[in-house]
Formats: sequence, structure tokens, C-alpha cells
Amino acid sequence: MDLNLILQLTTSGFLLGGVYSLIALGLSLIFGVMKIINFAHGAMLVWGMYIAFTLMNWTGIDPFFSFAVSAACLFVLGYIVQRTVVNRIMTFHESMQVIAMVGVMMVLENMAQLIWGPDPHSPHTKYSLSTIWLGSIMIDTPRLLAFLLAFLIAAAVFVFLKYTDIGKSIRASADNRTGALIVGTNVNRVYAVCFGVGAACVGAAGSLLVPLMPVSPHTGFPFKLTSFAIVILGGMGSLPGAMVGGLMIGVAESLGTVFIPSSLKQVISFGIMVLILLLRPKGLFGGKG
Amino acid sequence: MKIIYSFLSILLLILLLLPNFVSDYILGIFVLIFFYAYMGQSWNVLTGYAGPISLGHSLYLGIGAYISTKLAMDLGLTPWIGMWIGGLGAALVGLAIGFLGFRFGLKGVYFVLLTIAFGEIGRLTVLHLKPLGHMMGLFVDFKPGLANFHFRGNLPYYYIALGFVVFSLIVVRALEVSKWGRYFVALREDEDAAESLGVNVFKYKMIAIGISSFMTALGGTFYANYIFYLHPTSVMSMWVSIEIIMRPIIGGLGTPFGPLIGSLLLTPLSEIARSYFTKAGLEGIHIVIYGLLLIAAVLFFPGGIFAFIKKILKPILRESKQM
Repeated sequence: MDLNLILQLTTSGFLLGGVYSLIALGLSLIFGVMKIINFAHGAMLVWGMYIAFTLMNWTGIDPFFSFAVSAACLFVLGYIVQRTVVNRIMTFHESMQVIAMVGVMMVLENMAQLIWGPDPHSPHTKYSLSTIWLGSIMIDTPRLLAFLLAFLIAAAVFVFLKYTDIGKSIRASADNRTGALIVGTNVNRVYAVCFGVGAACVGAAGSLLVPLMPVSPHTGFPFKLTSFAIVILGGMGSLPGAMVGGLMIGVAESLGTVFIPSSLKQVISFGIMVLILLLRPKGLFGGKG
Repeated sequence: MKIIYSFLSILLLILLLLPNFVSDYILGIFVLIFFYAYMGQSWNVLTGYAGPISLGHSLYLGIGAYISTKLAMDLGLTPWIGMWIGGLGAALVGLAIGFLGFRFGLKGVYFVLLTIAFGEIGRLTVLHLKPLGHMMGLFVDFKPGLANFHFRGNLPYYYIALGFVVFSLIVVRALEVSKWGRYFVALREDEDAAESLGVNVFKYKMIAIGISSFMTALGGTFYANYIFYLHPTSVMSMWVSIEIIMRPIIGGLGTPFGPLIGSLLLTPLSEIARSYFTKAGLEGIHIVIYGLLLIAAVLFFPGGIFAFIKKILKPILRESKQM
């Protein structure tokens, strides 16, 4: 096994990990505030992908620019889902919440299939095959761009949470729901915005994935499961944890393909997830759990 | 209680005689109704009664299906015996997962994610095992005969599946009135309180997951010998786990009749929707409708349909008691 291969795999895994991070950020944000696992996360990713794909086909706008449109659409979708479904099941038994979210997943995933058809599409962008050589390591340009944009978007989300009023309310509600209610926060609105922001993250991530892989209605499922692993690794509800966890899982999955077939790479994420669950269920960055 | 038992006996009688009156297609739907009611009931033992939520029961289904099928194909062992071996195998895996989860004190969504992780690891592993058919899946040779668990037409499967449902109902009812069942419910309702009263939380959770995974694997053998084709995607994906847990949740979690009621409602619905809308060339719309119904069921019957029925029947039952 040569060093070059390892460096190569590490780089490509690290870059894809940036997109993983953005997906997991949305999931972790939603969980941290509402204590609900968004089982529709993968389906939302697919919607983001299809919106960018459609825009590119119609108008020729590059997915690396249209991520803003995907994010905006997904924000609205997330807001509606929160208002119509999630808000009503907040106090329900956990199994009921799972079933309701699975229902949302079924609806979204198969609506995508109805609208765009079941066949995978592979869009071509002008830079899709271009590469940059860094010494002896080859870097896909789309991957690098996706990585940079993912971190920019994530940074924007952090700024939003840190400095805007509604962002502060979101963090307050995540910290202490009763406390936030007492000081007069409109918790329902905060929750809806938060779900919208979480969905916007995954929508933008979907857009960034369009130049990297084929779009099909069921692309989202493995990503959803991987993002579960990331969120566990980083700590449920921890946003920096989601970012770092995404990079770690990206690198781990990529390096794992040295030893096992790439179709088995998810076993690595799940293995890590099981270990973290058992040894440190709060995750690497989770404080209060 | 008497009125319920007599009602059940009548219902059983009707179900026993039903095949004389309906077509083979309808019987096929009933086979699925019973199958999912049974699987739901097996899951209900763990999640409905004892509390830990599992979203990885497809793993036990798969283990049961693959063990009994491989034993039948390679060693010629009849699935009637193989299913018990598969059940033991699944129970061992279930106990191992339970040991990890409960020993390390995972609760709520954390346990859910643990079961999802093991379910997916199982699916991906089977997908890459040559003797289990690799990516192609495993075709079960059709050899009709009682000993091989293979039959022509739905009639024998109907009675076997009905037997499974009755068996699971008896098990759950026996559990409900036993010491174990009471402990299970105590764990579900308040683990700390139960522990402080001297219930061995770890031990009874292990018993629950053992029974549950064992029963699920028995159903896996039935499934393998009804469908004749095993592929990790069709028997071990998370989707299968979701199918298993939907019916008891809609019907009524932690109730003996919840899984059956849920299955009686959901299974025909999904079958009709599937056959109706696939014909119209709108693949996927049946799942959209199914999903909307699930959401509606959760929003409007959060305690399950069984609780709703009970509420309606309560005055009637009380009257009959007074008489």
C-alpha cells in the first residue's frame, strides 16, 4: 500500500466529507432544537438535487450557483412540514414520531419520483471532468468547489444562529425550551424557522452533489443513514460536531475502500456509529447529551 | 372478559371458514395481513410492552429466513425444524445487540439508531456473502410438499399464517398476565421507578428482546417459503423494518390486538393502492397516499386505533357486565 494512494483517498474523502457535514448540520440542528430525528432528511436532499438539476436543464444555471434556490425552496418545504406535521407530534411517544416522519419521507421521496421519474440522471457540467494536480495528488474540481461552498454555507448558518435575533431564539429554545417560553419567545415560529433552516442546509447540499453523482429519487437514503452516523459521532445536536464528524466519516469511508469493496463502505460509518453509541453516546462534541 | 373471548372465538371460526367463500387473490391478501400482524406482534413484545424502540427487526427476519433456507437447500433439513434453529440464531444476535444497548444504557432515539446501524450492517454483510447469493439474491427451489413448506396456491399458507397469528396472540396474552409481562410494562412506563422497586431492568429487557427476535425469525422462515426469493434489499432493508412496525403502531402499541387491527387496515389498503395505481402508470403515488394516511393516523389516533375502538366499546362492555 503506497502513501500516495492513501493521500489521494484521504483528500477525496475529506472533500466529500464537507458535503456530508452540511447534510449532518441540518439534521443535527433539527434534532438539537426539536429532539426529532428527521427521517425525511434523505428525501429532502433528493429534492434539493432535483431542483438544481431542473434549473440547470431549463436555464443552464450551474448547480454551484443555484444552491441558493434549492436552499430557499427547501426552507419553505421544511417550514411547511414543521407547521403541518412536526409541530403536532412534538409531545407524542417517540415511536409515533418516527412513524410520522417516515410518512413524510414516503410522501416526499415518491413525489420526487412522480415528478421526475424513477430513472437516474447524470447531468454534465463543463468542469465535471476537470482536475487539479497538487503534487502527485489528483483533485476533482467539482469536489473541491462543493467542499468550499459547503463550508461557506455552513459558516453562513453559524453566523445566522449567532448574530440574528431569530438565530439566538433558536439557540435559546434548543438550550432550554421552558426558559425560552418564559421569556416570551414564540417557540412555534422558532421551531418552524429552525426546521426550515435545517431543510435548507440539506437542500443546498443536494445542489452541491449534482455535479458529483447521478440524481435519482432514492439517492438520498444512504446519505440519510450516513448522516445519522455523523450526527452520533459529532454529538446529537452539536453543530461543530456535525461539521467535524462529516469530515471524519468522509475520510474513514474513503480510506476504508482500501480494505473492503466500496459498496461496503457504509459498514465503516455504522461501525463507528455503534462504537460511539456504546462508548460515548454524547458524541465527540456533545456536552449535555 | 367473557364477551371478548366469545367474540374472538366467533372471529376465529369465521376466519377458519373464510377460504370457502373467497378467491385465491383475496386469500393472498389475507396471508399478508396475517404475516404482517404476526411480525408486528413480535416487534410489539419488545417495543410495545418493554419499551426499547427497535428499527432493525428486518435483521432478525433476514437471519431466520436465510438460516432455515440454507439448511433446507444444502442439508435438506425441513424448514419446519430449520425455523427453530433460525429463531435461536436470531435470538442470539438479538441478545448480543440487547446486551450492548442495555448494558451501556442506551435509551430512546439512541437505541433506535443502534438497531438501525446493526440492521444495515447485517444487510450489507449479507449482500457480500457468496453462499447467500451475493448481489443476485437467493432463489428457493420450488418443491411442493408439506415437509418442504412449499405449497401451490394460497390456501395452505392462509392456515399456516393464521396459526402464526393465533400463536403470537396466545404468547402475548400469556405474557400480559404473567410476572414478566408486568415487569415489561413497568419498564416501559418508568424505568427508574421499576428499578427502584427491585425490577432487574437489564434482565427483563434482555428477555423481551430475546423473545421478540426469536418470534420475528420464525416469521422470516414463513416469508422465505412464501416468496421463494431472498435478497437483502427485499428482506433486510430498513424499509422492511418500517413495514413491520407500522401496523402495531397504527393499531395500538402495547396492546394484544393492535398489530392485527393495524394489519387488517393497512395491508389491504397498501395492496389495493398498489394494484390500482400501478395499472394507471403512476408508480409511486400509492406510497404517497400510504404516507399521507400514516401521517393522518398518527395525528388523529396518537394512541392507535385499538384505543379508539376501546373507548367506543367501553359503555357497551360496561352494560354487559352489569347484566
